[in-house]
Amino acid sequence: MIGLGLSRGFAVTLKNFLRPAVTEQYPDRHVGLIGAAKAAGMNPFQFLVKKPTDSLKAIAGLATVPVAVKQSPRFRGNEFTFFEDRCTACASCAKYCPLGIIEIVSVPGKIDAQEGESYKLEVFDIDIGRCMFCGLCVEACPYDALHMGTGFERSKYVRDELIITKEELFDAPKRPSSFYRPQFEENGFDPFKETIDDHHDAGRHERPSDEDLKRKWVDER
Amino acid sequence: MAIKTQPVTVNLGPQHPSTHGVFRMRVMFDGEEIVDVEPVFGYLHRGSEKLAEERTYTQIVTLTDRMDYVSSMLNNQAYILAVEKLAGIEPSPRGVWLRMIASELQRIASHLVATGFLLQDLGALGTPLIYAMRERENILDLFEMLCGARITNSYLRPGGVFMDAPAEFWPALDRGLGDILNTVDELETYLSGNEIVFSRTKGTAVLPKELLINASITGPMLRASGVDWDLRHRAPYDYYDRVSFDRILHTASDNYARYWVRVQETRESVKIIRQCIEQIEPGDVRPSFDEVPRLIRPPVGDAYAAIEGSKGELGFYLVSDGSIAPYRMHVRASSLINLTLLRDMLIGGQFGDLFVTFGSVDLNMGEVDR
Repeated sequence: MIGLGLSRGFAVTLKNFLRPAVTEQYPDRHVGLIGAAKAAGMNPFQFLVKKPTDSLKAIAGLATVPVAVKQSPRFRGNEFTFFEDRCTACASCAKYCPLGIIEIVSVPGKIDAQEGESYKLEVFDIDIGRCMFCGLCVEACPYDALHMGTGFERSKYVRDELIITKEELFDAPKRPSSFYRPQFEENGFDPFKETIDDHHDAGRHERPSDEDLKRKWVDER
Repeated sequence: MAIKTQPVTVNLGPQHPSTHGVFRMRVMFDGEEIVDVEPVFGYLHRGSEKLAEERTYTQIVTLTDRMDYVSSMLNNQAYILAVEKLAGIEPSPRGVWLRMIASELQRIASHLVATGFLLQDLGALGTPLIYAMRERENILDLFEMLCGARITNSYLRPGGVFMDAPAEFWPALDRGLGDILNTVDELETYLSGNEIVFSRTKGTAVLPKELLINASITGPMLRASGVDWDLRHRAPYDYYDRVSFDRILHTASDNYARYWVRVQETRESVKIIRQCIEQIEPGDVRPSFDEVPRLIRPPVGDAYAAIEGSKGELGFYLVSDGSIAPYRMHVRASSLINLTLLRDMLIGGQFGDLFVTFGSVDLNMGEVDR
């Protein structure tokens, strides 16, 4: 019968019209008075008394609260996390990069009785303006020094500012993604809530105890 | 007295929303009828095959993502199969199961995009496309859980995949498969019985079976004409010989048949993924670096491996000269070869059917131009 298929189609669209929206608001979400009060951490009456202008805004529908985008812990973000104490300047990441955008300059550093000769990192630049975030550099790192980051809000007006330098990597909060780092998943590390402050926690092996270190480096020699 | 009209040449594209990328057609119309079509492509040429000649075998995986950007996992799979054949790598069983799951999910995503955009070309502005995209978004979320990226996955490595699926992936996959089936049912309710879709797509751009075979057309376009040709069944790669599925065939070989085959194939993909979940075995997802080093040096020779991609036979031909990078890489891009019958499909048709026919080929300009 002509028209039956069409009416069935309209039934489907009506059903979809009534289901909750899947649109995710980003970066801000409009909230009413109750939502704004909740975001400020007080109940609506307190909020009305203490912040009258903000409450008026909220009642008028102008108040917004920032929204965190739902991300997977393995998300390959727009930045990198780098633990300088773990890096030996072996340049595996630079060799493994398909685009050759990691620049490493290292000079021979101190000679340590325990660890032998070490290299000091002079330059460690990642040009993320050309990076495609494939993660091969992270996969190549034998010492778990370089990790993918989880953030993605790193847009800039000038192309040169897209180069991540050594200093920026040192100072950035350490929120590594668990991409190619199964130890983070085993430890239940959540990059969106916590940071890694001790570089020993970033490795794929357990941190050796002081006795182990003494046995290895003092007693056995 | 017959009214005489003069043929008019119209330039369509390259920047046109209905050309699925940057595709240009010079079409000659006589009134509403199409007299001549001259396809012009190459606007998205990035030289992937040449770039591959100076990259190592693992690094090329990232290039294959960008060829057919709505089915990156399938590109990865075809390329990795070629590398494994060339270097004689024995893949890890769990890695193979995982990449089968990933590529079947990608096939569903690709078919949903194809269906959504076909309906968009028909003039159903928005609704079917948004419904299809909403479901694809769930699949992309699953990919983000697996490998951290949504479109340019680079998930596969020679010998398997780079990382095992996280624990939260399996329940999410189970939920996702149910959602996909619901969406496909919904899609069929409002499209497969729709009179407007019938009148616009049935009987348009009919291609004879012999012509399709002679032009080496593969994929849903060929199966819509009734030729039972599916590489997953004819020449099973990976573990496709251990799963059972129905081959979807239609005999009409018109635009509706091509649409119908794609929609039904998503159900078969769900069936395959369910069997993969049942049969997946624990173990390593890739061979150790002692067996398959990061820098692969295959022996001198060549290898061709093909898979049943979302658009047809997707093959990678690799020639090795014994170094760390291939001497030559060639891609049998299914979109490009399916496009060769464009003139036969369009000439003699109506202006209104032009984009519908074009959309029913399900081509991707990233793959056509590479």
